[in-house]
Amino acid sequence: MAQVATPTTIDAESANDPVLDHRPENRVWKKFRTHRSAMLGGILVIFFVAMALLAPVLPIPDPTATDWGAVRQAPSAAHPFGTDEIGRDVLSRLIWGAQASLLAGVVSVAIAVLVGVPLGIAAGYFGGWTDAAISRCTEALLAAPFLILAIALAAFLGPSLTNAMIAIGISATPLFVRLTRGQVLSVAAEDYVDSARAIGLPTRKILTRYILPNIVPPVLVQATLTVATAIIAEASLSFLGLGQQPPAPSWGSMLNTAKNFLDQAPWMALWPGIAIFLVVLGFNLLGDGLRDALDPREK
Amino acid sequence: MLSFILRRLLVAIPTIILISIFVFALQKLLPGDPILAMAGEERDPETIAFLREKYGMNDPIPVQYLKWVGNALTGDLGISLRTNQPVLELIGEKLPVTIQLATMAMIFAISIGIPAGILSAIKKGTAIDYVANVVALSGLSIPNFWLGIMLILLVSVKWQLLPASGYVPFDEDPLRSIQVMIMPAFVLGTALAATLMRHTRSAMLTVLTSDYVRTARAKGLKERRVILKHAFRNALTPIVTLSALLFGELIAGAVLTEQIFTVPGFGKLVVDAVFNRDYAVVQGIVLVTAVGFIVMNLLADVAYVLLNPRLRKQ
Repeated sequence: MAQVATPTTIDAESANDPVLDHRPENRVWKKFRTHRSAMLGGILVIFFVAMALLAPVLPIPDPTATDWGAVRQAPSAAHPFGTDEIGRDVLSRLIWGAQASLLAGVVSVAIAVLVGVPLGIAAGYFGGWTDAAISRCTEALLAAPFLILAIALAAFLGPSLTNAMIAIGISATPLFVRLTRGQVLSVAAEDYVDSARAIGLPTRKILTRYILPNIVPPVLVQATLTVATAIIAEASLSFLGLGQQPPAPSWGSMLNTAKNFLDQAPWMALWPGIAIFLVVLGFNLLGDGLRDALDPREK
Repeated sequence: MLSFILRRLLVAIPTIILISIFVFALQKLLPGDPILAMAGEERDPETIAFLREKYGMNDPIPVQYLKWVGNALTGDLGISLRTNQPVLELIGEKLPVTIQLATMAMIFAISIGIPAGILSAIKKGTAIDYVANVVALSGLSIPNFWLGIMLILLVSVKWQLLPASGYVPFDEDPLRSIQVMIMPAFVLGTALAATLMRHTRSAMLTVLTSDYVRTARAKGLKERRVILKHAFRNALTPIVTLSALLFGELIAGAVLTEQIFTVPGFGKLVVDAVFNRDYAVVQGIVLVTAVGFIVMNLLADVAYVLLNPRLRKQ
């Protein structure tokens, strides 16, 4: 599965592969680099990742430290983004909250990819009953709206960040099954796969050498865009009280509290929303840019 | 046409059966024992045994499933453990509220998203296209519950123009009802408008490079007529198919929107049911939305055939 996560291995492989040699990976990178909005997306994502990673070493107050003498204080020099209903520093909670958001986005998509892609390959490559069983289950899961499914699952698993990630991951899995299956079906019909079969290559070899490299680009694009969806889903679940539990900081639960103090402390509601917006925008821009860069039809 | 619809219905059956199994399994997986909750503080063993018998909790699980499906087929989705109301009645009560909200959101989304998409495609590469794309991507990236909070903050708290919450039935006072629902509908419609815009744009771009559009232009037709009559009509097909998928987004979006504006609809019912461990209601809701989604997909497929003359003839 390492190949899905690290497309560079495939690039190196395909360089020696006469069949895949016509795929100029360098051109993809060049196209991506000159794609202005994709670069902006990349910068936004890197900014938030750095924020999440550096949270423990930044000179900011403890995000869970309460100060009853400084409750709901407007932004000031001591608290640039103000304080919340029990005197915690909003900026510090915002910075630490990046961890929950990014973790939820990445882990839930990793679950969806690791479960969905193999199932999609199995359905697309083996066909028959395997395909029928997997496809029907996928359709049934897709029929329940993403968030309703995630809410129901998060409720049954019990409210916590881990369970929210599992719930979002399961809800997003059918997307990857369907995408991978369609991709495998179109690749498996190609002449070079037929010839690989004709010369007697084992199934495992055909799958890893010819099928997998071809499904990586669309899966990568979908995964990036799904991280954006998953971050909003985690914030939504936390907002409803089904995600990260207090006092641990998360943008969704910060907004949940903030909505009760709109007239007294509007700053509490402002920043977590802007943070969610920017990080989601970053992943959306990055995904769109990747799609354009990887699309051979686009110049 | 009829055989096409019948065939599509047959394909939907296994999916619906699977959904019913998932939905039934949910009940067995939800935390907490509703019987204990119903038995009250004393937890009298006799009462518990009586309640278990009454709600059929002592039967083997497959038997419970078959009983449940049989009842569901006759419209009996069980009784809300909290309000003692039949689930279907409860859903029937809340659904019109959400339908009004969703309709208003959809009207907003269509009237913004489709013209913006057409305009953006015609003016591809210009400042208008760029701005439309930036606005659409922002619309997709804004968490709608935050948008709702910000609107309440500005429009209700600061400017005091519209109420922050509440609901007035449409048949009681249509004007007031629409007024109260404007903000929630805007919040719910934003992401939809963005999605519609992006899809309209890409569908229009594909169609605009086609031969028949070039022919129409070569014939000397007015550009307006080429765009609306020749290009847009054909671009509409993929957009209609998309609208079925948007149904799911609408329902899911309604959950958060109704929570923020305390609109007593379907979405609020889901959240309340989950927090109250009201099994039957959660099941009923997931089942009804899933079946609704399948029906919407079916309708979209039929519309797809109707809109596409090449498929209609077959």
